[in-house]
Amino acid sequence: MSKQILEKILKKFPSDIVSSHSMFGNETVEIKKESFYKLIEFLKDSRQFEIDMLVDITCVDYPYQSNRFMMVYHLYSTTLKHRVRVKTALLEENPTIESIVPLWESANWLEREVFDMFGVIFKNHPNLKRILLYDSFKGYPLRKDYPITQRQPIVGPLN
Amino acid sequence: MVENSGNIENILGESVVLTRKDKLLNWARKWSLFQYPFVTACCGMEFMSVYGSHYDASRFGAEYPRFSPRQADLLFVVGTISHKQMPILKNVYDQMSDPKWVIAFGACASTGGFYNNYATVQGIDTVIPVDVYIPGCPPRPEAIMDAIIKLQDKIAKTKYENRESVSDLKGEENE
Ligand code: SF4
Repeated sequence: MSKQILEKILKKFPSDIVSSHSMFGNETVEIKKESFYKLIEFLKDSRQFEIDMLVDITCVDYPYQSNRFMMVYHLYSTTLKHRVRVKTALLEENPTIESIVPLWESANWLEREVFDMFGVIFKNHPNLKRILLYDSFKGYPLRKDYPITQRQPIVGPLN
Repeated sequence: MVENSGNIENILGESVVLTRKDKLLNWARKWSLFQYPFVTACCGMEFMSVYGSHYDASRFGAEYPRFSPRQADLLFVVGTISHKQMPILKNVYDQMSDPKWVIAFGACASTGGFYNNYATVQGIDTVIPVDVYIPGCPPRPEAIMDAIIKLQDKIAKTKYENRESVSDLKGEENE
């Protein structure tokens, strides 16, 4: 089943797929940012895939690359038990991507976490503010260039 | 006048016990440690086991949790304290009324543990004073009971005049 998903995606978005691979029944597609939202929508709305769960949204920071931030979306079908991983690269100078909250409500907090930790901006997000850290926190701690010893205590010394 | 003169305890019989005021206060305090559990992380599991019937912390008069800091004597800081959490902990500590004691429970509360990063306070003693530190990740229940006993010893040795707030009061009287 999952192999077929890959084929169908390649057929549907022939020119937008950057790369794809399949391993242990786990499909991965990397797609250009422009078509990313359409792909997620396609996967969600196609009845045949029965993808009904957004497992996680995260981001990977590859420093020294112009395509610095790689967004990673994990999708899962609870009925057919297969997974699809969608990746899309964002430029360092413009880490902005379409929010998928209109498709999946649960993306709300996941996207806020990515914003909190990596500073990725989600367009059309209903409430894009920090979720784990406090508002006075400066910078994005999971970026590789955040100094590993830098602390920002609200009370107490900079221990 | 009386046959047993010279020995006041004999005069008063068994109706009165004599002691020092210090000692009496400390005795009362050390056997009624009402504690406020500030539980934030995995150490909480071990905390629960100590305060369950199996290890039975009530033997030390310290089993009764008060969930209002105003009524608590002993602040148990159990688990990792993040920088976001620290103002809340400080607020709780400030709200407790004197005399008060603090136990740092586990490696995280004592030193930050292995969380040496942007999020974690490197030991609560950077902000509030701590009386007893319990090492371990998480500590064994025996270590926790040992800490309670150590705290009791510390309380028993407290001199009434030495307590900071009391000396502050004295200063005011002298003025
Ligand atoms: S000391 Fe260990 S067990 Fe206790 S809160 Fe820290 S990590 Fe968890």
